[in-house]
Formats: sequence, C-alpha cells, structure tokens
Amino acid sequence: MPHDHPHDHSELDDMTARVMALETLLTRKGIVESAALDEIIETYETRVGPRNGAAVVARAWTDPEFRDWLERDATAAIGSMGFTGRQGEHMMAVFNTPERHNMVVCTLCSCYPWSVLGMPPVWYKSMPYRARAVREPRAVLAEFGVTLPEETAVRVWDSTAEMRYLVIPMRPDGTEGMSVDALAGLVTRDSMIGTGLALAPEAA
Amino acid sequence: MNGPHDIGGAHGFGPVAPAAHDGHYHAGAEGWEARAMAITVAAGFGGHWTIDEGRFAREDRTPLEYHQLGYFGIWLAALTRLLAERGLVTEDELAGGPVRNDTVPPNRCLPAAEVGPMLARGGPVDRDPQGREPVYRPGDVVRTKNLQPRGHTRLPAYARDKVGRIAHVQGFHAFADESAKGDRAAAEWLYTVVFDAGTLWGAVAENPADEVTFDAWEPYLERV
Repeated sequence: MPHDHPHDHSELDDMTARVMALETLLTRKGIVESAALDEIIETYETRVGPRNGAAVVARAWTDPEFRDWLERDATAAIGSMGFTGRQGEHMMAVFNTPERHNMVVCTLCSCYPWSVLGMPPVWYKSMPYRARAVREPRAVLAEFGVTLPEETAVRVWDSTAEMRYLVIPMRPDGTEGMSVDALAGLVTRDSMIGTGLALAPEAA
Repeated sequence: MNGPHDIGGAHGFGPVAPAAHDGHYHAGAEGWEARAMAITVAAGFGGHWTIDEGRFAREDRTPLEYHQLGYFGIWLAALTRLLAERGLVTEDELAGGPVRNDTVPPNRCLPAAEVGPMLARGGPVDRDPQGREPVYRPGDVVRTKNLQPRGHTRLPAYARDKVGRIAHVQGFHAFADESAKGDRAAAEWLYTVVFDAGTLWGAVAENPADEVTFDAWEPYLERV
C-alpha cells in the first residue's frame, strides 16, 4: 500500500507542486479562498479533535441524566456541549459493557465522527483496517494491544450511511471521586473508536 | 458498483500497524495532504455535487489506480474530475493551460470567516418522511437483497443476500444510491442491521457469536 513505504522526494515534490497549482487555479477562478483553507486546516489541528469526544464520555460516566440522553438522542446530547456539524450530523453513542465491546469501521471509505474525534488517523483510512475489522476484529484488536475476554462479544459497526458512531468505553476501576476533567484525561481517541480501552488512572 | 473500494472482509492487506500510521496525514506528506483535504472541503461547499456524487467519483476507478493513488491522491483525483465534469474548470486549465473566463461560475466561494459556521452546521441528511412509516421494526428478521448496481451503492458485497435483524430505526435519510446520481430529493428509511459473524464469514469466523452491523436503506432489505 502506498502508505507502507516512505514517499521519495521526487514523488513528494510532484504532489506538492500539483496541489499548489490546483490551489492557485481554483483561487484565480473564485472557487476557493486560501485563507479559508488555512482556517479549515487550523480548525482540525487545534479546535476539533478527540478532546471533544473525551468530554462527552467523561460526562456520560458521571452524569446519569446525560448518559440517558446520550443513549436516547446522541446528536442532541452531544450538540448541547457545542459539538456539532460536519461528519457528526447524525450521532449514535454505543456503550461498552462486560458483555459487549463495540468497535467502529467504514469498510467502503473512511466515515468517522469528525465533530467529536476530529480527522481520522491514517490507519483508520487504511486498506488493512477497512478490510479486516469486520472479519477478524479480535486479531485487529490484538495489534492494538487489546485482548478481550472470550465471554465479551464484539460488535463491529460498519458506518455505511451518514450515522456516525461514538464508542463510550467502560469507566476504569479506581476512578471513584475523580473530577470530570481528570476522567476525560483517561479517554483516548482509540477507546472511542473501540480499538482501545480507557486508561487506568495510574497509566494516564 | 463492484469497485475497488468495497474491501470489507478481503484478505491480503497485511497488518494495520497503528503506531506507524497514527497521524492524520502520511508521514512526510503532511503539507500537501492537509491542503488537499482543505481544498476538497472548501470546494464541496459550492454545492455542485452531493456527498454521494463525491464518493462515487472516488471509487469509480480501476483497482490499480485506486490502490496506487493513496488516500488523499484519491480525494484529489475525484475533486478534479468533479470540477471538470461540472464545467467549473477545463482539462486544459488543470494541465496548466491559460485560465479561461468562460467556464461555469461557482455557486459560492467559502470565505475564511464562514469556515467555523459552515463546519458547525454540517450537512444533515434527515428528511421529512411526509407520513411514510418505516416498514421494519427493531427485532424484525430481514434479508439483504443481492443488489449489484453499476452505480454507487452503500450495500457492501460482504453483506449481500444475508439474513440479519433490525437493531435500530435510524431515521428517514437521503438515499445514497440516488443521491450519487444527483437526485437530492430521494430519501428512504434507514436501519441498522445486525448480522452474526458466523452468517457473514462461515466456519472461519473468529467467534461466530460476534456481530457486525451496517446501515441499510429500506430498498436494500426484504422481509424473511
């Protein structure tokens, strides 16, 4: 796969030049504005990312009414925290339990809940993850260092429409009395995709 | 379409190697990939194509091309195809020729100040069912149809002609198969359908009691 080998300099320079030329053309034709491109990139580098989702999870762990709302209408509950919009228009929260571990993939492209997790990592968009997550989720989880008990069933959610799924990981033991902010620090991006678990307090 | 993008369950792609591919962009290509992402998002704001027409433009390729282009290479190839098909730019302009003034004007151009509101608004796809009721209820047993259209579909090959059950009724949503042809009015009830792993993967399922769900519009399904 292309991402499995380092891009050599000529290929990189070629792509850089092609994209610069396209931006110049589209700017001159009034189709895009460079300052808006800067703003889009900046938004997903600094403002919209997994901290949004972690705040949702920590609140779900500590606020039973919010948890119920999240279960009934995740779009509204998450929207009430200010996390709305592109690739998060229709949200569903799926809750991990000792009986069921949830994991999210998009086999056909790369659908991902941008409003709560930001842009997807390269591995999520990669052919190996897309091909294998539905067929052998436990083998994939092992590559992330996650081994589930046999009695925990795995449910893999293939995002084939405009529903976007946020996994609510199980709250780790030994976190009683921790603040919501401290709890959010235990919630990793991968734990909200279902390829990881929330961190134990001593590991955070 | 039975295209190169539809790879759920395929063998031969190797390990995921998450640690080596943890960033948003490929290592060393961050500059142009970020720019390609932003140009695609900004140009999409013009409204000259639906999200589904965009997806079809990405997947309607030879397997060789699809797998060689790389993720954002596919985005760029789809974007330039759509811009040219809609007459917003010409092939000659894309190849570096002189900029013309007789091309189709953009509906709108996203200004920097509008980026925040535009991203926060997104593009909801739920529509008014106008009295149409969902045919299926949670718990109903359904079979996916063996649909193999030449055009865009979101029914993955691995989930065709399989028996599952309705897990959730998700709403009345724009129908991707028709939206990919430019029909912005077509909408159908959307369901989450759950399959047992053993139904999908047979005797080699990792754990037959594990489950896979996918989201299916009503025309993908029939009652068992």
